[in-house]
Amino acid sequence: MKTIDLSSTSVRELNQSLHGEVQDREWLVTQPGGKHNLAVGVNQAVSIDIQGHAGYYCAGMNQKASITVHGNVGVGVAENMMSGSVRVKGSASQAAGATAHGGLLVIEGDAGARCGISMKGVDIVVGGSIGHMSCFMAQAGRLVVCGDAGDALGDSLYETRIYVKGTVKSLGSDCIEKEMRAEHLEELQELLGRAGFDEDPASFKRYGSARQLYNFKVDNASAY
Amino acid sequence: MCGIVGLYLKKPELEGQLGKLFEPMLEAMTDRGPDSAGFAIYGDEVADGWVKLTLQSAEGYDWTTLMGELEGRLGCSLDWFQNASAAVLKVHCDEASVRAALAELAPNVRIMSAGQSIEILKGMGLPKEISQRFGLAKMKGSHIIGHTRMATESAVTMEGSHPFSTGADLCLVHNGSLSNHFRLRQELKRQGIPFETENDTEVAAGYLTWRLQQGDSLKEALDKSLEDLDGFFTFAIGTRNGFAVIRDPIACKPAILAETDDYVAMASEYQALASLPGIEQAKVWEPEPATMYIWERA
Repeated sequence: MKTIDLSSTSVRELNQSLHGEVQDREWLVTQPGGKHNLAVGVNQAVSIDIQGHAGYYCAGMNQKASITVHGNVGVGVAENMMSGSVRVKGSASQAAGATAHGGLLVIEGDAGARCGISMKGVDIVVGGSIGHMSCFMAQAGRLVVCGDAGDALGDSLYETRIYVKGTVKSLGSDCIEKEMRAEHLEELQELLGRAGFDEDPASFKRYGSARQLYNFKVDNASAY
Repeated sequence: MCGIVGLYLKKPELEGQLGKLFEPMLEAMTDRGPDSAGFAIYGDEVADGWVKLTLQSAEGYDWTTLMGELEGRLGCSLDWFQNASAAVLKVHCDEASVRAALAELAPNVRIMSAGQSIEILKGMGLPKEISQRFGLAKMKGSHIIGHTRMATESAVTMEGSHPFSTGADLCLVHNGSLSNHFRLRQELKRQGIPFETENDTEVAAGYLTWRLQQGDSLKEALDKSLEDLDGFFTFAIGTRNGFAVIRDPIACKPAILAETDDYVAMASEYQALASLPGIEQAKVWEPEPATMYIWERA
């Protein structure tokens, strides 16, 4: 295992060594001190443990790597992730998993506002609650929330499927509650299992797009 | 951008370390605000009937002469000390009389703060320069809030630096920008609130001053500010007994809070809290939008 102590090594050195040819498959990052851009742009199947709180854009653009933060993360954790997995043992700030295309993001605590904004295929599982405007313009992938959701959930949603166990403060434009069919229970069971949460899929509700904002309606032409 | 930081000590025996604990917090926010910095520290309280003012002038100002003239004019007990470009004045007299005498004797001297406990010290330069200039590390007190500024709305000047005084023992620091400050300033001017800069935060400070003058409690004033201030903001408000934190309803600007048995701390980013003792075991969380958080000593 390779250990990088961020009280004596720079973030740039950490990231550059993760981008080069690596011998070690297991990395331990100590003394992160809330620094930004930790373990971004990793493109190989390594396992990285960050021992403490991380700042903005932690694990951004991740491909293949499995990254665990033993603390909280700032804005934009795993933003634009392509594959691999990111687990946050604490809570996440705003825009967790923003625009991410693939992989699995697990947040064991709460996530702030705009969780999964414009997500494009990632799966996000949150153990706690999420803030307002989550899944805004989300296009693909699944978001699972074991707690509650804030205002305007799924505003202008495309094809992301959202599962919430608790209450939803309000739904955004064109987001509606949908029937929970067998295939949804199955998919939710699989997601909860992968994230390591022992929840009953039947206690969740499903939300998705009403698909009323997809196309321009000629009846509205006079408004422009 | 801008960075804001605050530290409130729960135990009086820690008060000797306030400046030492706070200095690295302020400096950690240099990336967010390298233009100017400042802080409002609460401590060294004067007795009832006394008022404490922080004054600022150009380097090399002859404070001794001014204080001699002021003592003669007011005819009451007076104590003062100089701290770099600032002077802290304690007078056994009412605030209005001191202000009137200062306006006459030294119209170029700016009054940064007034109250029984507060001292506001601020200036242009990197946070490290400001904390060294005023000897922050050695300061004692019960609580402190600070600001590092990256100017967007108005010029980089000492006057445009934060914190802004909003009344006796009250001050405000702000991360964000207000979009209706021009109109609101005109309205507040009509209500008799004076302004010295084109700065948007000064308008928020003036707004709170006005609401408090109208008889609002701090909580009521902040509740109304959510309706009347348009823009994005995280505010930290220093009061004589504690501090408050509030974010705008869409939470554009960051804030993080941490609490242990010893302290409550707030910052724009966790980085500024990382130097605090016991932070690894602290409860750390992000304040909800449009929700007020207040810590005050009984």
